[in-house]
Amino acid sequence: MSFTRFLAVARKEVVQILRDARSLIIVVIMPVILVLLFGYGVNLDLKGLPVYVYDRDGSQQSQDLLKRFQASAYFDVVRVVNDYAALARSLDDGHAKMGIVVPWDFSERLHEGRPVQVQALVDGSDDNTANVLIGYAQAVVQGYSSDIQLDWLRNRGQLAQPAVLSVETRTWYNEDLESSAFIVPGVLALVMSVIGAFLTSLTIAREWERGTMEQLISTPVTPAEIMLGKLVPYFIIGIFDVIVCALIAIYWFQVPFRGSFLTLLVSSAMFMVVVLSLGFFISVIAGSQLAASQIALLITFLPAFLLSGFLYSIEQMPIALQWITRILPARYYVSVLKKIFLKGTPTAMLYTDLVPLAVFTLVLAVLATRAFHKRLA
Amino acid sequence: MPDANNSVVIENLLKQFGDFVAVDRINLQIRKGEVFGFLGPNGAGKSTTIRMLCGLLTPTSGRAQVAGYDVGREPESVRQNIGYMSQKFSLYNDLKVIENIRLFAGLYSVPANQLRERIEWALEMANLKGQENLITGTLPGGWKQRLALGCAVLHKPPVIFLDEPTSGVDPIARRQFWDLIHHMAEEGVTVFVTTHYMEEAEYCNRLALIFRGKIVALGTPSELKQKSMQGELLLVECQPLGNAVEVLQSAPDVMDAAVFGNALHLVVRNATAAIPQVKKYLSDRSITVGRVEKIHPGLEDVFVSLTTASDSGKEWEA
Repeated sequence: MSFTRFLAVARKEVVQILRDARSLIIVVIMPVILVLLFGYGVNLDLKGLPVYVYDRDGSQQSQDLLKRFQASAYFDVVRVVNDYAALARSLDDGHAKMGIVVPWDFSERLHEGRPVQVQALVDGSDDNTANVLIGYAQAVVQGYSSDIQLDWLRNRGQLAQPAVLSVETRTWYNEDLESSAFIVPGVLALVMSVIGAFLTSLTIAREWERGTMEQLISTPVTPAEIMLGKLVPYFIIGIFDVIVCALIAIYWFQVPFRGSFLTLLVSSAMFMVVVLSLGFFISVIAGSQLAASQIALLITFLPAFLLSGFLYSIEQMPIALQWITRILPARYYVSVLKKIFLKGTPTAMLYTDLVPLAVFTLVLAVLATRAFHKRLA
Repeated sequence: MPDANNSVVIENLLKQFGDFVAVDRINLQIRKGEVFGFLGPNGAGKSTTIRMLCGLLTPTSGRAQVAGYDVGREPESVRQNIGYMSQKFSLYNDLKVIENIRLFAGLYSVPANQLRERIEWALEMANLKGQENLITGTLPGGWKQRLALGCAVLHKPPVIFLDEPTSGVDPIARRQFWDLIHHMAEEGVTVFVTTHYMEEAEYCNRLALIFRGKIVALGTPSELKQKSMQGELLLVECQPLGNAVEVLQSAPDVMDAAVFGNALHLVVRNATAAIPQVKKYLSDRSITVGRVEKIHPGLEDVFVSLTTASDSGKEWEA
């Protein structure tokens, strides 16, 4: 291992990154864009969903009920219509996610103490939204219903009893249940997958493709020097990007940061070694830039996106898929990120994630050094 | 095998890719300070040989020693003692001239106290002084080749391997490049160069002709021209040429016929006997015959003769 030769390769790599507009964009702008995109764009909270109403009763009571819908943060009563056809149209053309029909005898039945049903037409094309809507609608109607019951009892001179059972909730970790707090920490894993695997596999594949690798390996430089010289600049960039993304998360999106910054850096460094090693592997297998970029997307970016628990909770996945996530380094890193940011889990308690991550780091780094030969065939 | 006078010693070197024999048990000794040409058509095994000698490919069997080191067992020592220019220009196009030079100075571990002097020397040699900050990709082909050579010899290697260094370079730049090569040889550097340009082959001290993985001839250019020709060579001036080539190829006692400029070159067993026969043969087929005379073969004639001898009918790409 000669430091001179390592430095020669690393310096060359840095000059190339700085001179290539595309790599610069990926290195500097892409991480910021990803954080902003996921911070703003991916919002799993359902708020202010458009609702059309068809009030056939038009009484004080029906208006009370509809006001409760309007008062809820989840619904936005955008229009009152006068027939079924208009209601159906609003769902067809997507202007409304839900239509509420109050029956003509609503107030009359309430008055007589007879059961009455309010109809909710729900756009089920997005099943998740529909389920949530139904739940919210039921909660609104039930709240109104129990208030009416209490009134009814009170009017008959009976002592109004407080509600018999209720749940007192307190949300921990993400107190305001903000999607961005859940999502933004995981973006770090995406950014590193792109920098580590995608970009490095491209730069190495490019050297084989353009023939510069042949000139490089005709010199006394050793495989380890080439590997380190090429990867160290990307490692530093990756860590730099992690810090930038973390700062945006904390100061722009107000994501709580409760854990240890050092642990964040150490686990990020481990994950960076994992993705760099994968990138190195890919470049050895691929041989062309096109193949390298596709393989990199397939084996690092997509799993980090879909199976790491970044967006979709692993517990909700089918059992087989849950097992697959266990062999994904990204899963452990995302888990660490969420715990460090939101929970402030002490580092010692992160061993269930850090130990597997460390094992991946070691194994992949060793395999990567073995994969690269200074031979053409 | 160690030999004080030889820079490169090749013994029974064999390289197979699957069933394909790229280099077929060749033997060679190249002397110190020699400009040694490796001549052959595309796919003959030139690059494969050079890559084995640089430790870039592992020989299937056989041995090779470069600058006193075994290419199979001591590839790293070999690499520290050679300079290599691959067939395709393979410096970094997105780096500046000076950045490429510094990179290779680093890769060859040029000591810090010699760095400035070696860089100056390389710029001087490549005639690129004052152009240090140009982006390499924007240089004309000839400049790029000189830069590549400069980068390959920053560490003053005793042996340099040049794989078709002048392909795609204009004739004047090619000439300048060869001046450089000779200049280095005068300083005692051994130069192993592959080419398929015949006029370049003439610049070499010795030549090996390689065809289908085998060395078919070895010697100085004049030795090859005198000894390696199978048969004798006739120059035939006639009209129309295309027609004449066709009929002569099937004529008795004619071993080969090819158009050279505005005349034909004809390979025959005995020139004196063949001259009247050829004249008559052509006149009989209503082809106007001008001068027909015995000439000394050029390298190209030798090459065509040697390669058609081992494989008649095979096209030779010059």
